[in-house]
Amino acid sequence: MQVGLHHYLTVSILLFCLGLLGVILRRNLLVIYMSLELMLNAANLALVSFSRFNDKLDGQVLVFFIITVAAAEVAVGLALIVALFRKRQSAHVEDLTSMKL
Amino acid sequence: MKNELYPWLILLLPLCSAAFITLFTSRSKVVSSLISIGAVVAGFVLTCLFINANGFQFSGETTVKWLSIGGLDVDFGLRLDALSMMMLLIVTGVGGAIHIYSYGYMHDDASMARFFACLSLFTFSMLGIVLANNFLMMFIAWELVGVSSYLLIGFWFEKPSAGDAAKKAFITNRLGDFGFLGGILMVWGLLGSLNFGQLQSTMAANAAALGTSATIAGLLVFCGAMGKSAQFPLHVWLPDAMEGPTPVSALIHAATMVAAGVYMLCRTLFLYNHDALQVIAGIGGFTALLAALMAVQQDDIKRIIAYSTLSQLGYMVMAVGLSGPTAAMFHLTTHAFFKALLFLSAGSVIIGMHHEQDIWKMGNLRKKMPITYWTFLIGALALSGIPPFSGFYSKDSILAQALEQKSYILLTIAVFVAGLTAFYTFRLFFVVFTGKEKSDAASHAHESPMVMTLPLVVLAIFAAIGGFIGITNNYGSQFVANHENLGVVQQALEPLSKPVPMIIGIVVALAGIFVAFSLYKNVTSDPLPAKLGGFAKLMKNKFYFDEIYEATFIRAHDVIAAVVAGIDRILLEILALGTIRGGTDLTGRMLRQLQTGNLQTYAFLFVFGVALVLYFVLVK
Repeated sequence: MQVGLHHYLTVSILLFCLGLLGVILRRNLLVIYMSLELMLNAANLALVSFSRFNDKLDGQVLVFFIITVAAAEVAVGLALIVALFRKRQSAHVEDLTSMKL
Repeated sequence: MKNELYPWLILLLPLCSAAFITLFTSRSKVVSSLISIGAVVAGFVLTCLFINANGFQFSGETTVKWLSIGGLDVDFGLRLDALSMMMLLIVTGVGGAIHIYSYGYMHDDASMARFFACLSLFTFSMLGIVLANNFLMMFIAWELVGVSSYLLIGFWFEKPSAGDAAKKAFITNRLGDFGFLGGILMVWGLLGSLNFGQLQSTMAANAAALGTSATIAGLLVFCGAMGKSAQFPLHVWLPDAMEGPTPVSALIHAATMVAAGVYMLCRTLFLYNHDALQVIAGIGGFTALLAALMAVQQDDIKRIIAYSTLSQLGYMVMAVGLSGPTAAMFHLTTHAFFKALLFLSAGSVIIGMHHEQDIWKMGNLRKKMPITYWTFLIGALALSGIPPFSGFYSKDSILAQALEQKSYILLTIAVFVAGLTAFYTFRLFFVVFTGKEKSDAASHAHESPMVMTLPLVVLAIFAAIGGFIGITNNYGSQFVANHENLGVVQQALEPLSKPVPMIIGIVVALAGIFVAFSLYKNVTSDPLPAKLGGFAKLMKNKFYFDEIYEATFIRAHDVIAAVVAGIDRILLEILALGTIRGGTDLTGRMLRQLQTGNLQTYAFLFVFGVALVLYFVLVK
């Protein structure tokens, strides 16, 4: 069986939906965060496969950017979560409703 | 024009003084009063210098471009002719004497600095009216006079009566000013200019330029004079305005504010056609008669003089209506001298009597207050029109004007009023200065200090000689083409050229004094009510004008106000504001329920939205 673009894209969509469900359904902030990263990587996979099958390097260049930005984002995001945990002794989203009156 | 800067200085010095006192020296009574007195005296000196350089003639306008909108060009300009120069002399001269007198009169008042600030503001406003070269500027100064007179009349605002009098003066003046503004707009609409010089040349070129609405326009402008110069039916504010300090009464009711109306009429004389002048003359004559009758039965020394002011203003307005602006302004000038003198003498009496104003508690002050006695006598003789005092000449010129115009009704009224004037003036004089002391305070009265008697003496000199020092020459050059200047002796003998009004005038004045002498010599209470019965009561109660106005206009106004207030409450507060405010509040409360504050709800809605957008973009 020849592995084609469709297979890659299917994996990518599956990963994306997995991530999305994680974001919507999981309660722990850290897990939500990991799910977010999963969604990013799903997008990366789609980009890389398009690049591979279209013989163009644009997609791969974009992926490098995404990885770099995601790394920076993780640094900031994890720091925020740790700070929040220290303040509230909890990383559960149900406890974070102080924006509501 | 030489010394073009002087008029600006004369105008602005009092304003600067008012601002300076308010901002910096309101704590120091002496410094404040000296600044204020200095400003007006400097104004007087500058006026003299300016007149010395330019003479009593039209010396042009000095203008600054002010605003230009479409077809409307308004300059901030000063018009300098014989009329405004004479008024400058009166306002700064008589005003200056009153300022100096105030220093003595107000010396024990805690708010003396405020008093002088208001006085300066008032002087500035009045000079604005005098110097204005267009209607708009005059109107602004006109309103400023209204405001500053409000401040001065209500100076002792802790007394409710003073506050009420101030409000009454202000509101009554607003009524007149409403008509004035309408008249100004009408003149501008019809003639396309606000400048007095331009208007005059337009009217001179085409006397029918105002068309069919000439009478209405003229009478609307006259409404302004009606308010300021307190003519019937807007005369009610003036006697009440006696609540202010006596120098204020002298300044407002003798030399300046009430004169503004007559001055404005003379300034805009070209606007009035025959019909309008007839009405003006009629109202003037009626006011003169009404006020003279009211004055006969008053007991308050200041109120008697106030009604006399009203009556004399009626005289002046009547003279304007009889096409005799020279006579009107002549009487205005001499009246400024002798009425300021009478008011200040009355103030001196009031101070001497420790703030007692009822004439039936005075008596025999001749011995106690000799200077005031003599100055008051001169003022009274001038007011009654006894030769050779100034009032005789000006009153005679008005009577002569009435005779010349063949309006015999007005002449009769004027003669009758002249007799009444002499009567009530000397009623006051005999009761206050002769006879027996009618109270303890009268026995312990004392003469006022120098700073108060000195202005009295100066004013008395002018009240005595004002008739033949060239005042008519100056006004004549303004109003009469080919006017011939008369020498002092010629002026003194001028009434002889028309002997009829002169003889009538002297006879009725002497008759009035004689009746007053026979009735009020050595009496302790007024014998007149017993003789006149109900009519005396009517006069004492000012013909119930206040009560009539109270029952009609004020009541009607209250009803309208209540209706409007009701509409405001129901329509605006409950309906409009209620729905808008309540609706917003309700919507907000409802929308708030949508916010769960849960991160994952938001994430889900977000994804749902993206899915929806994708569905519409890709599938449809």
